[in-house]
Amino acid sequence: MAQFTVFDILRNLLLATQWTVILSIVSFIGGGLVGMLVLFARISNRGWLRLLGRGYVELFQGTPLLMQLFLAFFGLALFGISVPAWLAAGLALILWTAAFLGEIWRGCVQAVAKGQWEASASLGMGYFQQMQHVILPQALRVAIPPTVGFSVQVVKGTALTSIIGFVELTRAGTVVTNATYQPFLVYGLVALIYFCLCWPLSKTSQILEKRLNVAHSHH
Amino acid sequence: MSLIAITDVRKSFGSNEVLKGIDIDIARGEVIAIIGKSGSGKSTLLRCINGLETIDSGSISVEGAQLLTEAGALRELRLKVGMIFQQFNLFPHLTAGRNVMLSQMVVKKTPKEQAAEIARNMLQRVGLGEKFDAYPDQLSGGQQQRVAIARALAMQPIALLCDEITSALDPELVAEVLAVVKELAADGMTLVMVTHEMRFARDVCSRVVFMHQGRVHEIGPPEEVFANPKTPELQQFLGMNQAA
Amino acid sequence: MQYQWNFDWLANYMLVFVNGVAITIELILVGAVLGVCLGIVCAWVRALGPAWLKPFVAAYVELIRNTPFLIQLFFIFFGLPSLGMKLTALQAANIAMVVNLGAYSCEIIRAGIQATPRGQFEAGASLAMTPLQTFRHVVLVPALQRIWPALASQIVIVMLGSSVVSQIAVEDLTFASNFVQSRNFRAFETYLVATLTYLALAIALRKVLDSVGWVIFPRRKA
Repeated sequence: MAQFTVFDILRNLLLATQWTVILSIVSFIGGGLVGMLVLFARISNRGWLRLLGRGYVELFQGTPLLMQLFLAFFGLALFGISVPAWLAAGLALILWTAAFLGEIWRGCVQAVAKGQWEASASLGMGYFQQMQHVILPQALRVAIPPTVGFSVQVVKGTALTSIIGFVELTRAGTVVTNATYQPFLVYGLVALIYFCLCWPLSKTSQILEKRLNVAHSHH
Repeated sequence: MSLIAITDVRKSFGSNEVLKGIDIDIARGEVIAIIGKSGSGKSTLLRCINGLETIDSGSISVEGAQLLTEAGALRELRLKVGMIFQQFNLFPHLTAGRNVMLSQMVVKKTPKEQAAEIARNMLQRVGLGEKFDAYPDQLSGGQQQRVAIARALAMQPIALLCDEITSALDPELVAEVLAVVKELAADGMTLVMVTHEMRFARDVCSRVVFMHQGRVHEIGPPEEVFANPKTPELQQFLGMNQAA
Repeated sequence: MQYQWNFDWLANYMLVFVNGVAITIELILVGAVLGVCLGIVCAWVRALGPAWLKPFVAAYVELIRNTPFLIQLFFIFFGLPSLGMKLTALQAANIAMVVNLGAYSCEIIRAGIQATPRGQFEAGASLAMTPLQTFRHVVLVPALQRIWPALASQIVIVMLGSSVVSQIAVEDLTFASNFVQSRNFRAFETYLVATLTYLALAIALRKVLDSVGWVIFPRRKA
């Protein structure tokens, strides 16, 4: 059996990390786009749309991500399509991310004072104009820290895709552990790599939030 | 021997010297009013007496014992010298009775039934006997402050420090609190009160201390201090307060 | 193409699912109780505790919050035994849950503690209470009340996250659903049932935690 150096292990892990990063980015952007739809559904004037949005959010926030991955993997297979792991992973993560981002953004939009809606309405603006020029810009500022904060959850969420066979960092960790019989070292390195991916995002979110509160206190 | 002896006390916050050498001797049973403009150091001086603020130089001694900054010594001191705050600072998750009982049970290890009895007596003494089971948010400001007084009294202190205890109250509630304080004074409690209530100071206090910019400018019985202000600062301060 | 839904197998495997739910409940019960206790201790250290201890707690919190729960689980179950510690899968899962919730609840509770008005500390001190006595009798309960909804949400999140313990063969609800679907060849229906069961558990857990809140905190402001 070949002897593995720490460098060998690290190289294997880092190669797999690129898939973690790619999946994270795809999920975050895709989730953001669908999340906007969720947001608009949640704040819509139409009751049925609000209900639909609420049901969507409660479903995806009230069930385990792992279950959602399984359902995506096996659910799509029902239609006879052979579903590669990456597709199921991406789909599930996008839908899951959309639920959380949509909810975060809804909170931010609702945090914009009612007076803003009233003022812009009395200036003759229509709904989309209000959103575009008055509400969303203000909501955006408040939304940035928690959105950046959620990106951390997305990166951590990709770890579960290893369970349905997607080869990313966690899966690589399992494979390498089985080959080297050094779980302490390997999973330690895996944790370290995740930490290096996540901690800067966490810190950025914290710094943005502090800056936001400082800015608020001047108003 | 004075009960509380304050000798050449100085204190600074950063580069700002707030107390510039304070000398006051307080005898047992005296009721001292400390008056002065905001920023004159009144509250800071009061908070130094029970160690909520530390002094930079000089000394404070209570019943002959020097004030030390060591935690155990401070706790010993606070068993003897109680404090009432402007914002009441009642514990919101406890009933009035439990507020009064808490420190006795936790610090003095008094058994629960005995602590409850003491609490009832104290609340009775401040006129709130029937409010034992009421929560602070069910009480008016005046009632809350009276509970705070009962809470401090339950520790059987030798002196009470009152830090603008009526300043946060609606005017119609001030009287009920001052009535309680007047009774305490009549019972012989030593009181040191930072206050804006000039009429009360005139009626109840044995001595008035006028502080200005960190120093004691004038000190004496109320008849003297209010009727014959010697320094221009006090004259101006009283002129400002004449209308009150 | 019409898919033939089939839930006939449910009756046969009901016991398996019930056992799985029982394990999931045990995990979150132990995890929540011990995790919140750990969180209170850590929050106290970070907010009011000795300076030398703070970096250690900070490191623990940042490490847990910036790594996936699955990896924490693997590290505890596979990694620790190589140092000589023998753990069953269930023990490892419980430990991982407590360690994970401990870090998250530390931050939530710390926010509650730091929102305590300064006057409360001063009142406690002037009543001759030690800082620890003040924390225990004056600060803690109102702090928990302040953040109870956020803490309850986090507990639900951790309960849903417990589904990954199936990966180290702990026989929770997810493990049960894996087991069943490998035997009835009805993967989608099986996972659907499990998912809806989790949803019901999440809703029930939330209600339980809200009720606990009403019991512990007598003066809940509307």
